[in-house]
Amino acid sequence: MGLSFPGQDARTRGEAVLKIEKLVKTYKTGDKALRAVDMEVPQGQVVSLIGPSGAGKSTLIRCINRLVEPTSGKVWLDDVEISGLSAGALRRERRRMGMIFQEYALIERLTVMENVLSGRLGYVGFWRSFLRRYPQSDVNEAFRLLDRVDLLEMADKRADELSGGQRQRVGICRALIQDPALLLVDEPTASLDPKTSRQIMRLITELCAERQLAAIVNIHDVALAQMFVQRVIGLRFGVIEFDGLPTALTPEVLTAIYGEEDWQATIRKDGESEELSA
Amino acid sequence: MPVFPLGNDRLGWTRRTPAERLVRWVGWLIGVAVFVWCWNRISGVTTWFFVWDAPRIAQDILARATPPRWSYMDHLWVPIWDTLNIATLGTLIALCLAVPVAFLAARNTTPSRVFVRPVALLVIVSTRSINSLIWALLLIAIIGPGVFAGIIAIAIRSIGFCAKLLYEAIEEIDQSQVEAITATGAGPLQVTTYGIVPQILPAFAGIAVFRWDINIRESTVLGLVGAGGIGLQLSSSLNTLAWPQVSLILIVILLAVVISEWVSAKIRGAIV
Repeated sequence: MGLSFPGQDARTRGEAVLKIEKLVKTYKTGDKALRAVDMEVPQGQVVSLIGPSGAGKSTLIRCINRLVEPTSGKVWLDDVEISGLSAGALRRERRRMGMIFQEYALIERLTVMENVLSGRLGYVGFWRSFLRRYPQSDVNEAFRLLDRVDLLEMADKRADELSGGQRQRVGICRALIQDPALLLVDEPTASLDPKTSRQIMRLITELCAERQLAAIVNIHDVALAQMFVQRVIGLRFGVIEFDGLPTALTPEVLTAIYGEEDWQATIRKDGESEELSA
Repeated sequence: MPVFPLGNDRLGWTRRTPAERLVRWVGWLIGVAVFVWCWNRISGVTTWFFVWDAPRIAQDILARATPPRWSYMDHLWVPIWDTLNIATLGTLIALCLAVPVAFLAARNTTPSRVFVRPVALLVIVSTRSINSLIWALLLIAIIGPGVFAGIIAIAIRSIGFCAKLLYEAIEEIDQSQVEAITATGAGPLQVTTYGIVPQILPAFAGIAVFRWDINIRESTVLGLVGAGGIGLQLSSSLNTLAWPQVSLILIVILLAVVISEWVSAKIRGAIV
């Protein structure tokens, strides 16, 4: 994993895990959140999706696993077309898309362990999940993941006792225990302080590298995105304005995405580079 | 427009415009006039002799009612136990029925806002709007007098109350937790038990205890119409002008209510 591949390759390297074709979402209010978005994400690639509030970033992510129903267009996960699936088949495909949320979206009154295991709900029958009788292999994996994110001793704590960074790590475990092929990450650091934000982004990118996971990360912090991801997509008014390497983000590009502003301070200089997957 | 120029570039401000002040003044005038008219009318049709006599009668009854007839307590243990059971079982039945109604009534969980939700809301309104005493009268006609009629009367009366508070709690849940569980590929029942139930559990427990507490008070009067419980003794004591027994029954009811309030306050405190 490195910075060295050329710009074009960033888009097409490897087999595409996710393919989006002419995706359109128009809300009932008439809001055109997405206007014909096309994109592909190859296996193992972490893409960050940047753009102003209301550009359609959250909508795009939610149209992929159909938490928001797209108006038209097609989404493929590997070779399964998501947008045409029945409810049952959609649930099976959702298991392969882990999701991480801005406000963590943990079940506050359940324990850390229960929250992590809830990532297995798509695999476990209703009564087993209701009685919390998960297969031992799931429990083993949950402990392994909690150990990986340094939360092993928190397993029995209730989720609302945890700090923001700890909660987001639980959220990451819940997404990973699904054994996904793709991670959908919605503003993972928006509620965190700068240091914790970096730790969380580092953790997400490391885990993606370990597991050869593709990920789409919505993010407001452009410098943070440049620090950790291999490819940046800029969205504005539901249209892709930019798609390329993080190093290719120039003031002109940022103006195209966000509008006129002095961008010099926002863009990360090459000198202060931090290793991508240290 | 409460902001107005004063000259010299200064601005004045009053809370209301002159027109608003006039409207409010007229409104108050009408209100006072109506009150005075009503007062006159009521006092015209009141038999003032009874009103002036009331303190003396009250004193008389109080004198007859004290001391309470403590030995009558032997006859009250069973009825007060019945009363407690009517309240508890009625609340339990009501909760079992209220939970599905609440899920059908909440905007975010109802299967259909057009067809199912109005039916659920109708159930809530109709059960809530009829007093349990009237339910009891109806049920005695149907299933005969006794404790069972009381239990069902309390249960029906409580469905609407519990379902309304519960569906409001369901509508106020954090939707992102539901999204998160849905995104794992969980089925609808799993989304409910993981995404929704933990969020409404504290509200549910609070509602249950609160309603139980109300039902203890309500079930004390059900006996007046023959639906079991201590109200039966109260009504027969009143009918035979056995004032010392009436005062004892009132003391027992007061104690039961105080204890139930204390228990429910403790439980609700422990939940939150």
